[in-house]
Amino acid sequence: MHRLHVLVAMDSHTIAQGARSVRDTLVKELALAELTDEVKVVETGSLGIYNKGVVLVIFPDNVYYANVTVLDVTEIISEHFKKGRVVDRLIYKQAPADQDIKVDELDPRFGKQQRVVLKNAGVIDPESIEEYIAHDGYEALGKALTEQKPDQVLAIVKDSGIQGRGGAFFPTGVKWGFTAKTQSDVKYIICNADEGEPGTFKDRLILEGDPHAIIEGMALSGYAVGASRGFIYIRGEYKMSIARMQRAIEQAREHGLLGNNIFDSDFDFDIEIREGAGAYVCGEETALIESIEGKRGEPRDKPPFPGVVGLWGKPTVVNNVETLANLPQILLNGAGWYKKLGIPDNPGTKVFTMVGNINNPGLIEVPMGITLREIIYDIGQGIPDGKGFLFAQLGGTTGGILTAKHLDLPLSVSSLREIGAGMGSGALLVVDDSQCVVDMVKNFVEFFNHESCGKCTLCREGTGRLLEILEKLSAGKGSVKDLSLIKELSETMMRGAFCGLGQAAPIPILGCLRYFEQEFIRHAKDKVCRAGVCHLETAAEIKAA
Amino acid sequence: MSDLSRVDKIVADYKEQKTPLIYILKDVQAEYGHLNDEVLTNVAKATNIPLSEVYGVATFYSLFTTEQKGKHIVRCCNNAPCHVKKSKDVLNKIKEYLGIEVGETTPDNVFTLEFTSCLGLCAVAPVMMIDDEVYGNLTPEKAVAILKDYKLKGVSNA
Ligand SMILES: Cc1cc2nc3c(=O)[nH]c(=O)nc-3n(C[C@H](O)[C@H](O)[C@H](O)COP(=O)(O)O)c2cc1C
Repeated sequence: MHRLHVLVAMDSHTIAQGARSVRDTLVKELALAELTDEVKVVETGSLGIYNKGVVLVIFPDNVYYANVTVLDVTEIISEHFKKGRVVDRLIYKQAPADQDIKVDELDPRFGKQQRVVLKNAGVIDPESIEEYIAHDGYEALGKALTEQKPDQVLAIVKDSGIQGRGGAFFPTGVKWGFTAKTQSDVKYIICNADEGEPGTFKDRLILEGDPHAIIEGMALSGYAVGASRGFIYIRGEYKMSIARMQRAIEQAREHGLLGNNIFDSDFDFDIEIREGAGAYVCGEETALIESIEGKRGEPRDKPPFPGVVGLWGKPTVVNNVETLANLPQILLNGAGWYKKLGIPDNPGTKVFTMVGNINNPGLIEVPMGITLREIIYDIGQGIPDGKGFLFAQLGGTTGGILTAKHLDLPLSVSSLREIGAGMGSGALLVVDDSQCVVDMVKNFVEFFNHESCGKCTLCREGTGRLLEILEKLSAGKGSVKDLSLIKELSETMMRGAFCGLGQAAPIPILGCLRYFEQEFIRHAKDKVCRAGVCHLETAAEIKAA
Repeated sequence: MSDLSRVDKIVADYKEQKTPLIYILKDVQAEYGHLNDEVLTNVAKATNIPLSEVYGVATFYSLFTTEQKGKHIVRCCNNAPCHVKKSKDVLNKIKEYLGIEVGETTPDNVFTLEFTSCLGLCAVAPVMMIDDEVYGNLTPEKAVAILKDYKLKGVSNA
């Protein structure tokens, strides 16, 4: 029996802050101190604490240490582990040892959160299938395979009203219905883990923190539509996600939860990982399918939709990681329970990633219908350094622009649609007033221009021309005429681009132009950048050059 | 020039997998460092896929390269979440320290500097990735200190 358990949050964020070397040092020094039999080091997923460096949790003492570096390890071992004296200077939170507290409760953002998808993230060891099982894991699948028919599972998912979390919010049950109906000897389930939308890392933390929930969700989906093979397409840059997922798949196979005759039923299902090779557009479902087929990831014409003609020409369900990770909970607790979370039009919770100029960045899961003000000022604890709020962009770089007048809008798909925005991937970028709007739009367009796959002229050339104009404007070489050119190009792309990339790219451009036109005009006409970000050449300098 | 027999072996490794071209290219690149014309011609022959298609795939994805790169690849993010946290300052300092522009390799072939698209580490922005390792909460000074570390390692390995 171990006397103490040390939880080290090992997700990509903490690793980027040195968690791996702290873990290694801890293990090494515990061995030197001959404490390996008494103190167990456990790796866990994200604890949801981001701006506090490497975080260690000591159970059963209920002590949270933050900003731990390798230099602190010796002291923690000699003082805390050996002598039972807590190292005060590293304490982030502490609670009485006899009180059973949940990890999330120490997160300052916990109050307004409601964890369904993230319920296990940071709570269980993502590399242990036993822990997932101990937290009701694979119970929904067991129940489905032994007590329910595929069409009953489909009916529950339909009834729950869950909508796709990849950004389009298409009802998942309806999507599955098309595939279930289509006769075919082979069908596929694809989990879209290509997550490339800037500011978005929700899928990454589910992949790293609770991989079995995704496997279970995929198996449930396979059972409902009659598919026996699944693929998880993970972007190549997500090394840790790939490793954790691979391990989870192997464990599930060893436990007979993937493979033939799962739960002694006649349902067979297995999953393979496919890695991306660096292309944002491959997140689009048909481009993703092309990529699995070993080709350039260029989008296909729709219809036919993948649900009918998908991977290698077979009916294929493509769902986002978060969508799939919701399913075990929905099947366990019922459609009615899920509908009660959130709002009638958009049931359930939504995982957001708060990034940019915000005090408390990170991943949160909240009920639909929450306001921007609650997210930014309550959960996110406001904007750093006393700066003001300029705008927020919701849904990634293709997302819409929200300004101060939208702070109290309850967020739903329809309320956002009315103002030309959307929930998208759930990335919430907060931009403070030290930033320049023209420079931000130039940054957005640099991204689109880089990620345009080149298949359709409007997107390929449109993003290129837009970038030229914005570079001109931010260098003080633009004119007011350029503003109408930006509008015209944007509107043409929206109408005519081949896929969602080119169609959505103009959304933030037009949004910024609508709300901050004066700032564009000042760059064009007066050669002044309010924020002092752009290096504008004065008329005299231009002439001299 | 180089020994291309290992291409056949890599292709044979994927016999069981349906449409494995991207995986083959990844392994071939890991073996040869890059995918130049000669290498791609051999992949095309070994897989029976037209060279135009193999070339098309190799040039589509940003993790593939058709040129020889430095020993370490430094990828800086300047997508919006990093941008508002002053990633440009970090990038400029790195450029100055290495004496190269984005897309270039240092004369000693130790570093290649590139952009990366969002790595999903935005809560600790600005970030960069060196080979497979990620670094967050960067300042210009911190970034240079990390690069110095790599440089020392590079010299001692040589
Ligand atoms: C340019 C572009 C990029 C996309 N990137 C992603 C992505 O990274 N992850 C994702 O799940 N969906 C992405 N989508 C949406 C997918 O096409 C698709 O709608 C989604 O995977 C369906 O799953 P869902 O119904 O569970 O949301 C993208 C769409 C477009 C147009």
